[in-house]
Amino acid sequence: MLRENQRRFKFDWLTIILFLLLVGFGYLNILSASHVGEITNYFDTSELYGKQLIFIGLTFVLIIFILSFEAKFYERFASIIYMVAILALVGLFIFGKDVNGARSWYGIGSMTIQPSEFAKFATALAVAKYISDLQTNMRTLKDQLRVTAIIFIPALLILLQNDAGSTIVYLAFFFVFYREGLQQVYLIIALSLIILAVVGLKFGVVATAVVATLVILATYLLRRKKRGSIFQYIIVLIISVGFSYGVKLFYEHGLKAHQQNRISLWLRLEKDPAKLERMKKEEAYNLIQSEQAISSGSWTGKGFLQGTRTTGKFVPEQETDYIFSTVGEEWGFLGSSFVVILFVLLIIRVLYLAESQKSQFSRVYGYGVASILFIHFTINTGMVMGLIPTVGIPLPFFSYGGSGLWGFTILLFIFVKLDSNKINEW
Amino acid sequence: MRKLLLFTTVILVGLVFIARLFYLQVYSSSAYDIFEDTAIRKEYNYPKRGYVYDRNGELLVANQPSYDVMVIPREVSPMDSLKLLEFCTLLKITKEDYDKKLRRATNYSPRLSSPFVQQLSKTDYAVLQEKMRKFEGFYIQKRSLRSYQTTIGANVLGSIGEVNRTIIGKQPYYRMGDLIGKQGVEKTYENTLRGVKGIKFIQKDRFNKNIGPYKEGIYDTLPKPGKDVTLTIDSELQAYGELLMTHKRGGIIALDPSSGEILAMVSGPSYNPNLLVGRERSRNFSKLYTDTIAKPLFDRGLKAQYPPGSPFKVINALIALQEDVVDTQERFKCRMGYYYGSRKLTGCHHHRSPVAMNDGIAQSCNAYFVNVYRRIIDKYDDAGKGMNIWANHAKSFGLGNFLNNDLSVGSKGRIPDGDYYDRAYGDNRWGSTYIVSNAIGQGEVEATPIQLANMAAAIGNRGYYYTPHIIKEIEGETLDSKYTTPKYTTIDKRHFEPVVQGMFDVYNKGTAATLRVPGIEIAGKTGTAENFMKIDSVTTQLTDHSIFVAFAPKDNPKIAIAVFVENGYWGSRFAGRMASLMIEKYIKGYVTRTDLERWILTHSLENEYAKPYSGEPFKINGETTLQVIDNYAIGNTNQSNIKQ
Repeated sequence: MLRENQRRFKFDWLTIILFLLLVGFGYLNILSASHVGEITNYFDTSELYGKQLIFIGLTFVLIIFILSFEAKFYERFASIIYMVAILALVGLFIFGKDVNGARSWYGIGSMTIQPSEFAKFATALAVAKYISDLQTNMRTLKDQLRVTAIIFIPALLILLQNDAGSTIVYLAFFFVFYREGLQQVYLIIALSLIILAVVGLKFGVVATAVVATLVILATYLLRRKKRGSIFQYIIVLIISVGFSYGVKLFYEHGLKAHQQNRISLWLRLEKDPAKLERMKKEEAYNLIQSEQAISSGSWTGKGFLQGTRTTGKFVPEQETDYIFSTVGEEWGFLGSSFVVILFVLLIIRVLYLAESQKSQFSRVYGYGVASILFIHFTINTGMVMGLIPTVGIPLPFFSYGGSGLWGFTILLFIFVKLDSNKINEW
Repeated sequence: MRKLLLFTTVILVGLVFIARLFYLQVYSSSAYDIFEDTAIRKEYNYPKRGYVYDRNGELLVANQPSYDVMVIPREVSPMDSLKLLEFCTLLKITKEDYDKKLRRATNYSPRLSSPFVQQLSKTDYAVLQEKMRKFEGFYIQKRSLRSYQTTIGANVLGSIGEVNRTIIGKQPYYRMGDLIGKQGVEKTYENTLRGVKGIKFIQKDRFNKNIGPYKEGIYDTLPKPGKDVTLTIDSELQAYGELLMTHKRGGIIALDPSSGEILAMVSGPSYNPNLLVGRERSRNFSKLYTDTIAKPLFDRGLKAQYPPGSPFKVINALIALQEDVVDTQERFKCRMGYYYGSRKLTGCHHHRSPVAMNDGIAQSCNAYFVNVYRRIIDKYDDAGKGMNIWANHAKSFGLGNFLNNDLSVGSKGRIPDGDYYDRAYGDNRWGSTYIVSNAIGQGEVEATPIQLANMAAAIGNRGYYYTPHIIKEIEGETLDSKYTTPKYTTIDKRHFEPVVQGMFDVYNKGTAATLRVPGIEIAGKTGTAENFMKIDSVTTQLTDHSIFVAFAPKDNPKIAIAVFVENGYWGSRFAGRMASLMIEKYIKGYVTRTDLERWILTHSLENEYAKPYSGEPFKINGETTLQVIDNYAIGNTNQSNIKQ
């Protein structure tokens, strides 16, 4: 009897409760964002909210299915799951269906499936499998390159399908690699490159060169004991300025017009008022509408189903990528902060559990889950409230769509299953 | 350390996001105002503005529909040149007009609607209505404009015009483009006449399409129609008064003494109220407004403040009786004026002497009234105290202060008191001889025609009056009690009879003997007031103003009247004739003294008014000749030269 109870409650219920809260609250907001006029039938499958309800129902079937497998199954079959996912991505080039210029969907009858949503957990499994291999040492360049290849393949395929947003998600694995032993210098280089890129675009290459020179000179002067050869510093300076210039060239010539405009809006680079006015009606339209909807929510929001901008469907894509604007308008500061806190709690909970895993596979996978959720949450919410340039990726558990919901559910619940098995590990 | 990177990043991102949400939703967001919410369309439904009737139920002011093109600048999307050309052609404006109007509207508010092109013609509206949908950010607002059923009474009725930002700032009910009463009855009874506009809140989608009522219409309101009002004005008498005033400047106020109702309120020159309707309104208004010589917008019946002249003598007679400083039999000598020692303080005309009160009034003897007035002031040891008591009596007739009634404009007039002269001459450095002009209604005393008419009503009523007012009835409301409560003067009723008899004798044997109307016992008093004007900063005397105050019948009067004609010379010349005609017209309904009527209609004072502006020296009073005009047409009361 006691063992029965232990078995039943061995899952991490806090994670499950956070998951249920997010899905439940997400459903309410999809209802708000997608309903037109009075709602007569909540199961009306011709409406998005009706479909989402069915997706949520199927999610529970999926959860039971995932939890019923042996935990070891996922580790053993990680490579095969990864291969299947890659094949599914490749298959898109032949059997895929174009939606909004991206070839990311399989059409099965009236249903569509987006394999990239499932490729994330598959890649996370493969990365965990590779890193947890006894022979792998993340400090060696060879393993660093191989594990990068594991994430590079799906990322490249997705990029080729014209879904740049989903590609960015794979940067999440940097956190995993760093946790598993990637040298600190990579972190410093990554941060430096980000700063160089942003500063270079915003203030120009000359300003960047001046600042970089000063910083490097200061480093040289401060490191009296082991400052090494001065040539090293000069090379770093040249690379920095060169990179900054390269980013500028890429921004001006390598990016598509709409991507360029998004960055230009984010960094407020555009000074021509006429062009700015036109951008407000085009690229910035979503962002402006979304910020206005969120702002109009004030402290407590306008109430469930009462948002005037949500009802008027002022924010395009408001049931998918921009669902957070509905939260902001109808539930106000209190409601939207609540959602932010739910996500932060969920990610921290997964991180905490990952750290407490005895098997490296479970830990790496857990880290992957937390990182992917984190990247999605940060980019999506940051974009909707105007902190990050527009990148079209969904908000986990919130955004409308079956593939997304199932992809994230599988991602999370494989970890819930792995976690529940830790008492059996040694 | 490695374990902490993602952990701290997550916490940091969470904090930044909450801070950003706080900034967006709490710090930079104002309280929700549905009028600022661009997702909600506000549709106003303007109620019918109340009709205006005269006392006999004749419709004076009705409504006509009008269509304005309104703009919400923020919702206007840029048009290509072809579409813009089509829009401008439909509205009959140029491309430059379009830019200018849009800029002006944006300047007022990008979010709120402003009028773009106002008062479209019906045909323009019909064409435009079909195509309006194409032009985002523009819509048509139906309003109701006034339609005057008469050409008279412009000063009484007033007009409605567009609200300005100051009004909107003070009264948030109004929105840009709304109409509000600007003068006359339209102004004083604005809230009654306008009703309350209805509003519909409509949920829009991002394509500016209506998708249904906001919250099932729980905040929507129906328009409440404005209430009809009935005025005390007798439009026939008003029209007759305006006819008589043609080619003259001045005012006529006729009251019903038994109720304080204003029967006629004429101001000359007048204008056709239809001039201030529709698209021509602003052009015509500025023409009227900038006519600073004839001042057609200046309501002389209510605002013009003149020395009342001789009619004021009857007040002094009444005060003297009340203060018991003279009885009706006491006679005073008149040697063609009043002498103080050897100094002549005031002149007089030729009449028999000595005179008691009755002849004093009937013959308008200046010397008699200076004597009486000095006795009132000198009754007390201190001239200041005497003056205050005198002023108090005079003010009880409604003089020297606003009447506090339902007319949109007015003047206080002036009844000086002791303080007034203390300020002018220094404390106690003056006496009754300094101020004898007040005895004969000159000097510091000033009054408006409506105050004089009210004074006549109070005398006719033997000691009380009702505040003169213009409202007779408001649909479904009772009249303000201040119009139905009599106000008593400080003079005992018994003192009125001899004074009324004196005024009656003005007609019988006195200064208005030629103006008698068969069958009507009129009590009246002529007046002549000296008239000065500054021409090139030199004070120059002009021809006197002609004044007449009367009530009739002598007992239980039905009408009290004050007539004031600028530069009309002596009282019975213009004002007296007009008063007699008005009284007869009102009481009998027709005029038998057609000789008086013909005289008034054929004599113009226009050349008299032109003199000070001619730049040449001119003669006044007895040395002038009257301008005679041959052609006059009864019914043509609109003498304004402004084309409609």
